[in-house]
Amino acid sequence: MISYFVRRAGIMALTMLAISVLVFIIIQLPPGDYLTTYIEELRSQGETVDPNKIAYLRAQYGLDRPLTEQYFVWLWGMLHWDFGYSFEFDLPVSDVVGNRLWLSMVLNFTTVIFVYVISFPIGVYSATHQYSWSDHGITLLGFLGLATPNFLLALILLYLANIIFGTSIGGLMDPKFINQPWSWAKALSVLEHLWVPVVVIGTSGTAGMIRRLRANLLDELQKQYVITGRAKGLSELKLLLKYPLRLSLNPFIADIGSLLPQIVSGAVIVSAVMSLPTTGPMLLSALQSQDMYLAGSFLMFLALLTVVGMFVSDVLLAILDPRIRLEGGVRR
Amino acid sequence: MSKPLQHYISSAPFNPVDDEALTPEQERYYLASQWKMMWWRFKKHKLAVIAGIVLFLSYSTIFLTEILAPYNLHSRNSDFIYAPPQSIRFFHNGQFEGPFVYGLKYRLNMDTLKREYTDDLTKVEKIRFFCSGDSYKFWGMFRANVHLVCPSKNGTLFILGTDRLGRDMASRLLYGGRISLTIGLIGITISFLLGISIGGLAGYFGGWIDNVVQRVIEILRSLPELPLWMALSAALPANWSPIWIYFGITIILGLLDWPGLARAVRSKLLALREEDYAVAARLMGARPSHIIARHLLPNFMSHLIASATLSVPAMILGETALSFLGLGLRPPVTSWGVLLAEAQNIEAVALYPWLLLPMLPVIVTVLAFNFLGDGLRDAADPYH
Repeated sequence: MISYFVRRAGIMALTMLAISVLVFIIIQLPPGDYLTTYIEELRSQGETVDPNKIAYLRAQYGLDRPLTEQYFVWLWGMLHWDFGYSFEFDLPVSDVVGNRLWLSMVLNFTTVIFVYVISFPIGVYSATHQYSWSDHGITLLGFLGLATPNFLLALILLYLANIIFGTSIGGLMDPKFINQPWSWAKALSVLEHLWVPVVVIGTSGTAGMIRRLRANLLDELQKQYVITGRAKGLSELKLLLKYPLRLSLNPFIADIGSLLPQIVSGAVIVSAVMSLPTTGPMLLSALQSQDMYLAGSFLMFLALLTVVGMFVSDVLLAILDPRIRLEGGVRR
Repeated sequence: MSKPLQHYISSAPFNPVDDEALTPEQERYYLASQWKMMWWRFKKHKLAVIAGIVLFLSYSTIFLTEILAPYNLHSRNSDFIYAPPQSIRFFHNGQFEGPFVYGLKYRLNMDTLKREYTDDLTKVEKIRFFCSGDSYKFWGMFRANVHLVCPSKNGTLFILGTDRLGRDMASRLLYGGRISLTIGLIGITISFLLGISIGGLAGYFGGWIDNVVQRVIEILRSLPELPLWMALSAALPANWSPIWIYFGITIILGLLDWPGLARAVRSKLLALREEDYAVAARLMGARPSHIIARHLLPNFMSHLIASATLSVPAMILGETALSFLGLGLRPPVTSWGVLLAEAQNIEAVALYPWLLLPMLPVIVTVLAFNFLGDGLRDAADPYH
């Protein structure tokens, strides 16, 4: 069991390494290094550039050295919580990011919980009442949920809130808490505002999860042991809870792998639309102004979020499902 | 005493294989080709057929956009900024007039600064058909000015309203469809080619190639797609011409989408390459590319087409999202995402809700592709 976890952790580290190479390539894609862009921009505003600062930055990030070396400098810096320098804000990236990372994590995590809590009862109901009117209705809603891109859903909600309540539902907390230190009142205010983006981001994930749970449960319900149980006179509820439901729960954990990237993606664009104080809008503005180090660290963070999430799902799955655990042991 | 029952003897000639003879219907079924059976199976899926028709119709508008749209993409009507949709009527004062719209009366509400338009019930503006209107260059080739519908002379025809520059939304939606609908197809072609060749390599050769490909697929699938798309398209040089940006975006969309297809190809090939006919072909000295393309691929081509259909919507949505955020296509190129970018100003949308209309074609197209893909997937395996 432990060796399985160690192996999984090793794979996770390697994956992050590969992703860091990918992100570094993306950072380097725009023509010219970022200092030339920076100097260019300052010149166009008629400001003078302090040559000392340029020289310092050049040395700091080793821009005169070959690309491979630059990559290792960047990677080494990241491992020591030094993510580079944001030119838009004229601050180190770690200072700019602040607690946006935490809010992003809270948002994504809550959305995952929301997806589970909503899709579980609906999926079970829809499978046990196959081809009933409510089942068809749920399927139709599910299709709509899958087809409506979440940023459009966000727009619709913003629009409705604007005409019905005359207010904006953007943001993650009351305006009075912005830039305030954390307190209970602030946390509560975040919780109050959180549900709108959570629903918006979670809709398509929920729709997908309901479909999978329904399909899985239907497969299980047709198996012989269920028929045997029914023939022996087990009550329907017990028959459902005893085995089929437990078996069909596997995708809840196994599918974190496909659910998480989807949610993280959705969170980025929905927060940009609803201007939430999470990583999304800042990633967008960093990309638009080609502030590539800032963008790069956001990309790394989002990737880390999904990769760690998958690791956790693998660990949970191994604990819950002996088949996976044993296979890991045999392979060793 | 009764007579013994007479033994019945049929005088018809006896044919011993009569029993095994097939009815014409059965014969038709057994002799049908694989594709014909898929078509039968597909036809049973009503929703998929409807979705197919919807998609066929919307894709055929691409060829005739200039004629179908009442106005040009960029024609501004500066007197009618943010005009609401005009409804088409048939009866004026209880008398049949044929299709017409009432003229618009404009007033600026000085309290709210909202532009208010009301129907001018005295002005009946009859819609003209097959008429001459805005002059355009058909597919950039020759000049013409024929339109399917036009407003009456000196009148207006804004079926879906106008935007902040007084441009007709309906026409812009039609022109936007040209970009949005094709971008998915080109993107899926790229991802299809990548998926088949990479998945084919991994599945046929196995070994370390397979291992490397598997790892790469795992890494790509664990990445959140949209942020990567955003980063890549932000890296496109700003001085590229719109047409290059268009191709750049399609390539970016295709580059991240192939892992799913490659995985499907790989697992099928792994199973099929051990089949007798594949071994026979190998023993006769066929090259791997020949075996894959000639003997193995046709086995699951239908599956691939079905799953490709299912991933077109992701591409269309990707382009819409990127353009909406201002990282994808940029005006003057107009896609549904570019049109939606105007709806980002939520105050404007609250006053002029028809700016949200480009959502409808996006959602309809995505739904239609999903239904069509579902139908194709069921039909792909007609022997079950």
